[in-house]
Amino acid sequence: MRDFIAMGGYGFYIWTSYALTFFVLAINIIISRVKRRQILNELSNVHQTQAPVKDE
Amino acid sequence: MILVNWLNKIASPQRFYLFCGKWTPWLSLLFFILLSLGLYGGLVTAPADYQQGDAFRIIYVHVPAAWMSLFIYIVMATNAVVAIIWRIKVAEVSIICCAHIGAYFTFLALVTGSLWGKPMWGTWWTWDARLTSELVLLFLYLGIIALYNAYEDKRSASRAIAILTLVGVINIPIIHYSVVWWNTLHQGATVSKFDKPSIDTRMLIPLLEMGVAFSVYFFISLFQRARNEILQREFNSQWVKELVKEKSNA
Repeated sequence: MRDFIAMGGYGFYIWTSYALTFFVLAINIIISRVKRRQILNELSNVHQTQAPVKDE
Repeated sequence: MILVNWLNKIASPQRFYLFCGKWTPWLSLLFFILLSLGLYGGLVTAPADYQQGDAFRIIYVHVPAAWMSLFIYIVMATNAVVAIIWRIKVAEVSIICCAHIGAYFTFLALVTGSLWGKPMWGTWWTWDARLTSELVLLFLYLGIIALYNAYEDKRSASRAIAILTLVGVINIPIIHYSVVWWNTLHQGATVSKFDKPSIDTRMLIPLLEMGVAFSVYFFISLFQRARNEILQREFNSQWVKELVKEKSNA
């Protein structure tokens, strides 16, 4: 286990690369999800203040 | 013919929106399966490299990220062509979504490359052809995003970035062949060459798994971003109104 973490002395470079990659990939998805919530809330407000519209 | 019909259908924002929603859970499942296989293979079962020792294992995030930075640009350029010729809304939306995801992957390719370069070459950065052209790619993506944000009207913005995207295509073969055309510090291609890949199968398979996993991730993210864009652009259409109402009641 200790050998696995040490990665023959390159542990720092390897684990930093992997951690950064998955951090960035996760952040990208989270940002979109938060944005989706915001858009739905915003549109809900916009639609409620609009007069009922006929089909376009 | 079936394909043309399907493309015609999917080009409607509403259909595309539903299509993305339907496929996202399945793609996520596929992504996690491939990712587990790739990580286990790459970090555990692949043997250490005879020259680089364990440091080569950075390949499993660095190379797929670099592949994605180019692949996404090609997808973006294809959408740009469709957007310019046929003015299809879904293609217009996809360009800007691709630009954001592409910028993330290019950034990752550069930084993980740096983290690999330090122990192997003894430097974080060098102005050689491969590294410089990849950095130019990052600036291209950021430039496209900036240009898009400079417009008030999203449809004119899309048309402007479609043209910029096509101009930037010239950089893609330069990046790919940079290690052949110029004498660089960056190592040559290992997988995508006409000869047999010069890599052990136990090393190659996890790399391909990670590559496919990242591509699947790209589509998940593209679908998610495209859905957001479509909701904003089509906010006044009846189906969006019904959808928003349904979601806010839930």
